[in-house]
Amino acid sequence: MSGPSTYVPKSAIGRWFESRLPIMGLVHSSFVVFPTPKNLNYFWTFGGILSLMLAVQIITGIVLVMHYTPHVDYAFQSVEHIMRDVNWGWLMRYTHANGASMFFIAVYIHMLRGLYYGSYKAPREVLWILGVVIFLLMMATAFMGYVLPWGQMSFWGATVITNLFSAIPLVGESITTWLWGGYSVDNPTLNRFFSLHYLLPFMIAAVVALHVWALHVAGQNNPTGVEVKDVKRDTVPFTPYATIKDGFAMVVFLAFFSWFIFYVPNYLGHPDNYIDANPMVTPAHIVPEWYFLPFYAILRAIPDKLGGVIAMFGSIAVLAFLPWLDTSRVKSASFRPVYRVFFWVFVICGIGLGYLGAMPAEGGYVIASRILTFYYFAFFLIIMPLLGLFETPKPLPASIADSVLARGGSASAAAAGAAHAPENK
Amino acid sequence: MTWIWGLIVAESTTVEPTRRDFLYITTAAVGAVGAGSVAWPLISQMNPDASTLALASTEVDLAALPEGGIMTVKWRGKPVFVRHRSKKEIDEAQATPLAQLPDPQKDADRVKKPEWLVVIGVCTHLGCVPLGHSGDYDGWFCPCHGSHYDTSGRIRKGPAPRNLEVPVYSFLTDTKVRIG
Repeated sequence: MSGPSTYVPKSAIGRWFESRLPIMGLVHSSFVVFPTPKNLNYFWTFGGILSLMLAVQIITGIVLVMHYTPHVDYAFQSVEHIMRDVNWGWLMRYTHANGASMFFIAVYIHMLRGLYYGSYKAPREVLWILGVVIFLLMMATAFMGYVLPWGQMSFWGATVITNLFSAIPLVGESITTWLWGGYSVDNPTLNRFFSLHYLLPFMIAAVVALHVWALHVAGQNNPTGVEVKDVKRDTVPFTPYATIKDGFAMVVFLAFFSWFIFYVPNYLGHPDNYIDANPMVTPAHIVPEWYFLPFYAILRAIPDKLGGVIAMFGSIAVLAFLPWLDTSRVKSASFRPVYRVFFWVFVICGIGLGYLGAMPAEGGYVIASRILTFYYFAFFLIIMPLLGLFETPKPLPASIADSVLARGGSASAAAAGAAHAPENK
Repeated sequence: MTWIWGLIVAESTTVEPTRRDFLYITTAAVGAVGAGSVAWPLISQMNPDASTLALASTEVDLAALPEGGIMTVKWRGKPVFVRHRSKKEIDEAQATPLAQLPDPQKDADRVKKPEWLVVIGVCTHLGCVPLGHSGDYDGWFCPCHGSHYDTSGRIRKGPAPRNLEVPVYSFLTDTKVRIG
């Protein structure tokens, strides 16, 4: 994106408005003519999917709040009221609950795309860090949202996680009491989590705006990791190409989402959360929702209370330093055969940590958690810095256009010519 | 093609609809159905839910209400006056000439059984709850702005424009009535 937009409205009213608030020009330059690399694959559609999911969560959330009561004596009952009495309440609730899981599935794929193709490297460091901020806000929002139904898992999950802060030396106890608004998780805690759960998504929306702005300054990365050299040869206008591709990907994602809402709405949840919160009885196995399991495993892997807390927060904080930890000049794992192997091991390690997070913290599970936690940190702190120095990457294509043409030969050349036809209609 | 004011108003060549046109139109149509099916639950959830609808009618037991007595029951969040009228009150209500009424209505049109009057206890002026057994007409008196209602709940004097509203009700037995 360079300079002001070239958009000129066709009507006089349009020109009058545009000269006072150039919003149409902004939309035009950002989402209509914006030069988009022509070789993006479907892993690049998850940004659009995430924006869709944010909108879905906000809309269903606002609607649910019309019927929910944030008080310890009424919260659980009000959720059942939504499920049973409110018109389409069951649909709103299942959409919102499963929507959170979908949001995290999409964000993990989105982040792994970044890790694989080196999207965090210069000049996209701030873009990446804004993404880490969004991820943290999402985790806070999801955690507080899960407390609101006030089931057994809601209550005990809140108790475990807020107790983490007591590990901080000197001020830990005071901070925890301050968070609770009392001597344990109780009504004040529920009320303030409700307030913050409503607030944070709008903070997310604001950081997303910054994230998209930062993206538009640098332009998208692409599967080759080779930057755009010639706008005419390497890119296509965002509309219709990326718009339709994103739209199609959203539809497929919604089909996947709908499978959960309508056929297995409670599969990703925990049955214990259909039991009223009871401060006197702890469930046999407290587990957070699946998307927190890897971090929960890391927390429990470290034998020391404070150490576990530091490791868990550190596992997310380390992401912010990626642009400087990875010393490789080559962005995309497509041309980094050694890195690629370590990357997939990392993915399996993440899934393994997720599995272990759901298991009881004893015996072989603890040993396995420690090994996988070690690999998690080693991948970022040891492998990435060293690989850049010792790996021999494969030769990069001269440009995006060359890599596209090389794939299809003459068929691609004909397609590349025809691709420009719609504008000449 | 003929251009007026920047718009094409006439095409001199006919063009066969293409496959692209078909796809665009079908996508738009299915998309509209999809958008509607998403929008409808979001709008409908604000309609009264099942628990509110369950309170849409209330049953009242009349056996304990003595003659001359008024009881107030809650129906749909509002007070409803049920009055067991004495013979004197019934005669007063039936004998009133319509010309004296700001909102003319015969007593017979406001009751199913003359000894039972069922009216919504909300003043038709600005919504206060009138006081029973008071006012100049043996009915109700609204202390907010001085409206007087008679033994049929009709406005007689004061700023209220209409008679006290009669809700939908039916007798389940001689001593039990369902309002709403």
